[in-house]
Amino acid sequence: MKNNIIETDKKVERRSFLKKIAILALAPIAFGFLGSTDKLKTVKKWMLENGYIPSNHKWGMGIDISKCIGCGRCAVACKNENNVPKEPFFFRTWVERYRIYEDGDVQVDSPNGSIDGFDNIRTTNKKMLRSFFVPKICNHCDNPPCVQVCPVGATFKGEDGVVLVDSDYCVGCRYCIQACPYGARFLHPETHTAEKCTFCYHRIVQDKLPACVEVCPTQARVFGELNKKSSPLVRFLRMNKIGILKPSLNTEPKVYYANLDMEVK
Amino acid sequence: MKNFLQKIPEQVKRLSVLLIVVIVVFIVATSLLTPKDFGLVGHYRASAIKINADQKMQYAGQEACADCHDDMWKTKNAGFHKNLSCEVCHGPSLNHVNEPDQFKPDKPRDRIFCPVCHEYNPSRPTGFPQILSASHNPRRICVTCHNPHNPTPPQTPKECSACHAEISSAKSVSSHMDIPCTKCHEASDKHKLHPREYLPTKPANREFCGQCHSQDAKGDKFIPRINMATHEPRYVCWQCHYPHLPEAQ
Repeated sequence: MKNNIIETDKKVERRSFLKKIAILALAPIAFGFLGSTDKLKTVKKWMLENGYIPSNHKWGMGIDISKCIGCGRCAVACKNENNVPKEPFFFRTWVERYRIYEDGDVQVDSPNGSIDGFDNIRTTNKKMLRSFFVPKICNHCDNPPCVQVCPVGATFKGEDGVVLVDSDYCVGCRYCIQACPYGARFLHPETHTAEKCTFCYHRIVQDKLPACVEVCPTQARVFGELNKKSSPLVRFLRMNKIGILKPSLNTEPKVYYANLDMEVK
Repeated sequence: MKNFLQKIPEQVKRLSVLLIVVIVVFIVATSLLTPKDFGLVGHYRASAIKINADQKMQYAGQEACADCHDDMWKTKNAGFHKNLSCEVCHGPSLNHVNEPDQFKPDKPRDRIFCPVCHEYNPSRPTGFPQILSASHNPRRICVTCHNPHNPTPPQTPKECSACHAEISSAKSVSSHMDIPCTKCHEASDKHKLHPREYLPTKPANREFCGQCHSQDAKGDKFIPRINMATHEPRYVCWQCHYPHLPEAQ
């Protein structure tokens, strides 16, 4: 008899325990459900007043290498627009020159990030096979390594696909700078926070082009939406043979290159 | 139940109390230290988007220029520079759009600016118009011959240089660049049709160069002067100095 009582007690205990677990597990989900209608309002309160809804957009850039003349106006415009330090090693965008010689030797240079243009002085007597300019910029990866490594959540991929830095929240640990396979980040010498291309976020929320795209004299850069068929970028992707940088890393960049040479890395 | 609690070893009891304290402190600390907007849309502060979007603009965009400068806008859009935004050359001009009288955009006029795009460089795409600025009318600024808002190749007078290209290109980099050929050579129109039969004249004596280079000659101060009596009187000038490129040794 005694044994029996103990057994039933145990059964009741187990059942109520399972019930409690179920309630505990479901409660937050139910809460989230109730709260979701208010969520957009709260988010808007913290974000933007001008009607720009990030989840409606997906931004990307196209760069046609065969059109770039290496004038470096994009790098100048970027420094002007974003108050990038004027010292010659801080760039949000820059242009590289590739010179490929007959013996397979490849020379890559970017004197002062192309801001003063490129000289045409011969450095070797070797015959040049081909040569071209490659504008470089943050690739705004869909799978960004910099975001994965940030210990505080100060860099993030927004709902519009743009990878941004929260400069007030960044602790300046430089981990993201090391993680970026494209060398697109730097530490601001005064604020000591990470900096990078934002696709000129303050401009695109106002329906304006990024500064580098605005000033490119040969339209080598194309900017637009990736998920709208009428955007100039989608046309660019349709009309050209497209390559991306370091596809083996599976970062899924949103900067697409037309006429990309195999030597470009 | 009591039995069960008694069965737990003492050290486990103490450790579990400690563990609970640590967990509670962690939960309280994170809830206090995490910003309120963190995690609303993702693993970041929602307000960071606003911070990025609130940055001040510098470039107005070329549509803003067209509002006032529509004549220039139409000229530019009909020419070879139609794809250029105004701010490529004139610099960031949002301040000028907001306060046109107070802020004036750049007007680059020196010979350094245009060659940033148009200097010959083997890496540039073929077909892009390029020059060698060292021999392309050096010392003249680009805008004297080319209108930057409607750049067409200017009609260069090819009177002498059509045949004497080497001489004219040497002269164009020399300090004699501004002296027309006819200052030293008299050529009749017939020379163009029958060049060998009607030869142009050449200076015949030292006094001809002395018109500019003797000590008592009139003219600009920067012209080098010599004493005609003592400066190698047994030679004529062009035995030592090549008049089309006098800098050459």
